[in-house]
Amino acid sequence: MGINFSLMAVLTLVLVAFAGVKFMGLQMFFGVVAPYAAMALFFTGVIWRVLKWAESPVPFRIPTTAGQQKSLPWIKSNGLDNPSTKAGVIGRMALEILLFRSLFRNTKLEYREGPRIAYEWEKWLWLASLLFHYSFLVVFVRHLRFFTEPIPFFVQGLETVDSLFQVGLPTLYLSDLAFIAAVTYLFIRRIIIPQVKYISLPADYFPLMLIFTIGATGIIMRYVTKVDVISIKQLTMGLVTFHPVIPQGIGELFFVHVFLVSILFAYFPFSKLMHAPGVFLSPTRNMPNDSRIVRHVNPWNYPVPVHTYAEYEDHFRDKMIEAGLPVEKE
Amino acid sequence: MKIYNGDKIIPGILIGVIILTFPLWLARGKAAATPDIKFDTPVIQKLAVKQCVLPKETMRTSHMVVLNDWRDAAVRNNTRVFTGMDGKKYDINLQNTCMECHSNKTHFCDQCHNYLGVNPYCWKCHIEPKETK
Amino acid sequence: MAKIPKASEMAATLSHIPPQTGWMDTPTEFKQGRWCYGAKAKNMEVLGLPNPRDWSPTDADWKLPSNWKEIILEGLRERIGRFRSLRLFMDICVRCGACADKCHFFIGSGDPKNMPVLRAELLRSVYRKEFTTAGKILGKLAGGRELTEEVFKEWFYYFFQCTECRRCSVFCPYGIDTAEITIIARELLNLVGCNIDWIAGPVANCYQNGNHLGIQPHAFKDMIEFFVDEIEALNGIRIEPTFNRKGAEILFITPSGDVFADPGTYTLMGYLMLFHEIGLDYTWSTYASEGGNFGFFTSHEMMKRLNAKMYAEAKRLGVKWILGGECGHMWRVVNQYMDTMNGPADFLEEPVSPITGTKFDSAKGTKMLHLVEFTADLIRNGKLKLDPSRNDHLNVTFHDSCNPARGMGLFEEPRYVIQNVCNNFHEMPPNTIREQTFCCGSGSGLNTDEFLDMRMRGGLPRANAVKHVHDMFGVNTLSTICAIDRAVLPPLMDYWVPGVGVAGVHEMVGNALVMEGETERTTDMRGEPLAGMEDSEDEDI
Repeated sequence: MGINFSLMAVLTLVLVAFAGVKFMGLQMFFGVVAPYAAMALFFTGVIWRVLKWAESPVPFRIPTTAGQQKSLPWIKSNGLDNPSTKAGVIGRMALEILLFRSLFRNTKLEYREGPRIAYEWEKWLWLASLLFHYSFLVVFVRHLRFFTEPIPFFVQGLETVDSLFQVGLPTLYLSDLAFIAAVTYLFIRRIIIPQVKYISLPADYFPLMLIFTIGATGIIMRYVTKVDVISIKQLTMGLVTFHPVIPQGIGELFFVHVFLVSILFAYFPFSKLMHAPGVFLSPTRNMPNDSRIVRHVNPWNYPVPVHTYAEYEDHFRDKMIEAGLPVEKE
Repeated sequence: MKIYNGDKIIPGILIGVIILTFPLWLARGKAAATPDIKFDTPVIQKLAVKQCVLPKETMRTSHMVVLNDWRDAAVRNNTRVFTGMDGKKYDINLQNTCMECHSNKTHFCDQCHNYLGVNPYCWKCHIEPKETK
Repeated sequence: MAKIPKASEMAATLSHIPPQTGWMDTPTEFKQGRWCYGAKAKNMEVLGLPNPRDWSPTDADWKLPSNWKEIILEGLRERIGRFRSLRLFMDICVRCGACADKCHFFIGSGDPKNMPVLRAELLRSVYRKEFTTAGKILGKLAGGRELTEEVFKEWFYYFFQCTECRRCSVFCPYGIDTAEITIIARELLNLVGCNIDWIAGPVANCYQNGNHLGIQPHAFKDMIEFFVDEIEALNGIRIEPTFNRKGAEILFITPSGDVFADPGTYTLMGYLMLFHEIGLDYTWSTYASEGGNFGFFTSHEMMKRLNAKMYAEAKRLGVKWILGGECGHMWRVVNQYMDTMNGPADFLEEPVSPITGTKFDSAKGTKMLHLVEFTADLIRNGKLKLDPSRNDHLNVTFHDSCNPARGMGLFEEPRYVIQNVCNNFHEMPPNTIREQTFCCGSGSGLNTDEFLDMRMRGGLPRANAVKHVHDMFGVNTLSTICAIDRAVLPPLMDYWVPGVGVAGVHEMVGNALVMEGETERTTDMRGEPLAGMEDSEDEDI
């Protein structure tokens, strides 16, 4: 159900943009209004959601300790997987965010007769995720050439590296290949691994298909149908400088591409894509395991009924005296 | 709205927003200049029919493909003749055919390439035409 | 006790392929041996918990209050506001599935709702429906689900099929911790009186009598003194422990399971012998006679109510610091909750070993030290005379208990102690120990007999790793530093790996400890002949 629904949703979006431009002349809407609205929704939505998270305190210090604690000086502690200092936490978070360290631990269950259980090597998910996110980042940064004038050196530099092999003209970007390969892998694993398919919701297929289609339309424009990039940059620079223009002669495919990107940004704050800012706030990762050293304060800590020693002794006094246990009141 | 760990979260949000809106800061609302391609070289002015090897629109979007094909034809297949849209035959030659008309590399090639951050490697092998100002 | 299939049968019928129907459309069936009895009215009344009544999860009518749904949703709203972890974990899961085959209950049962991601989705679906715009508008399309009585019962079934072991959270790229979700889901269930009796009973006992087993003060003293006699019979040394003694330097607290049943009792004898030998100035308490905290499996509030006794008793007795015995979830509570909930313990002093003079900086806030840390320091400083050959009849492996592993990081200390008191030690495979250790399958208050089927299933990954070292190196002893482990691993071993016994680390310390003035030792604490002493045992007979 999720697959079909998501497919239909993405196809509908493509058709809406295509028809809107082709038959109704809604270039202004798909090229200017939608991107602006999407950006507004993206920024307010993401900030609102992060502030919502920030509204809830972290009452307890609950890092997942994945290494030796700091205890006796002659026992080597694992400062990254079980940090006790701020620097350690920064290191742990950096590894988590930049290299997906936890996902790197992934294994695959092999259940065999006997029973004999094995945990097999499984780094494909990690690899595909890393590839997906980094190629997406490269594509994102490369697109800055449409949004900056003059174009900063790092965008040019990245482009040079990305087209290193100089295959064809326009040169093939390695990130395009990696991106499509990774998205395809992530999609295929979602439908062929039975457990992963079982847990997948429309909200899992939709972003993958949307992102795939964004990539595909971009790639088609660059390598197949060709577009007038000068006019496109006039449009994009118009957006950036708040002097929007719709130059003549831009094909429908471009508006489809831009509209899907707009949908992605608008959808971001209301979806699982919020894992991007969320990972920074994860209490099991971003805190040092030092709660035996420094007191962590819970802002809503409230007094609770307890069974006091006095009540306990009142209850058992005779028995305690008889057993020779010391008591407060004879 | 009470915020916890605002000392880290608020700067975090600000850094994120600033990075993501980087193009806006760079542009600061000033309208950007667009390239102004010039076709007024002496050779073009002398032409009776001002027509390139393929239609203008095709050349605008796909000249790199044409050039790539020309290179392959000349260097790899030793084919030196290209039949244009109107049946006219052209010598496959960047310096003598293309640059003959478009002798104004700075105004014709570089403007757009710079505007879009494209670094074609034509001139790594070919000699750049000398422009007379 | 629930009837369960034979091990070979259970293994052969196990499949990890999910059913054809989607999980939202697959009704939950309460399977024999996979659910626990409902909390009894009398236990809930002791604690003042809502909706006390006698009920069974298999009843059609759970006798919920008429406004149960409002109570749950209001409770969820309140907790979203109190725990960033909950709100975040509800929002950011991408369902990558990395956690799916990491859960011992999923590995052992194949039930897809035991995949951590799906367990969380049981709650997340309701969160989406009630608390997110997309879920309110799009409903099922956005993964939202109405909170119905069926959904509520499903929560009960599956949140009492999670041992809060945190193994999934090690593998989650965002650190989503199912334990956190289960803890809060159980709080919600408790709001309308749906706890299990195996938790509510011990909590009520602990609240009133000082420990989970409900041992009254005079009986507690009697039981410890029974072990004193046992030790005297073993090596001729008479130990004189003290109880509720004001002015002692150290208060010692350990789970009451060690007082009550084998093989925990041998571990307790090890404690007594060690403390006697080093001349430790310590006292037991009958009021704070429980290290464990089943309140932790009920709600944060209940955890605090039970935990409060530790500091209160330390203050009343005027001790300098607290020493804690071998226990699993006790140390999660002590390490990550105690100081925040019931601190600051400014009336105590930073723990300093009176024997070695070592200052334990790592516990200077809570002022509570783990016994294994303490013993490791003693051994390191050469303060103990040990004869590891007295453990030569044991071929040992070590089971990292979930909580000291993933809620603390106590990995090297127990290994250091074991390797100093035993000559034969073999590690289980790396994917099954340390931070990747597998739960015993019975933690978080699920160590009850009516739950036996699921316990054996959940314990399968652990047992399978033990079997590996049993077959390969002849390992016959599974050592551990958790009282629940000591209670539940023996039946688990009997079921999956017959021939492997279970021992606490301090039982082996007690075996190896050469005490001043002791008579010749011919047996270990269990009365089993030591290696090379088999003959002298015969002479006795």
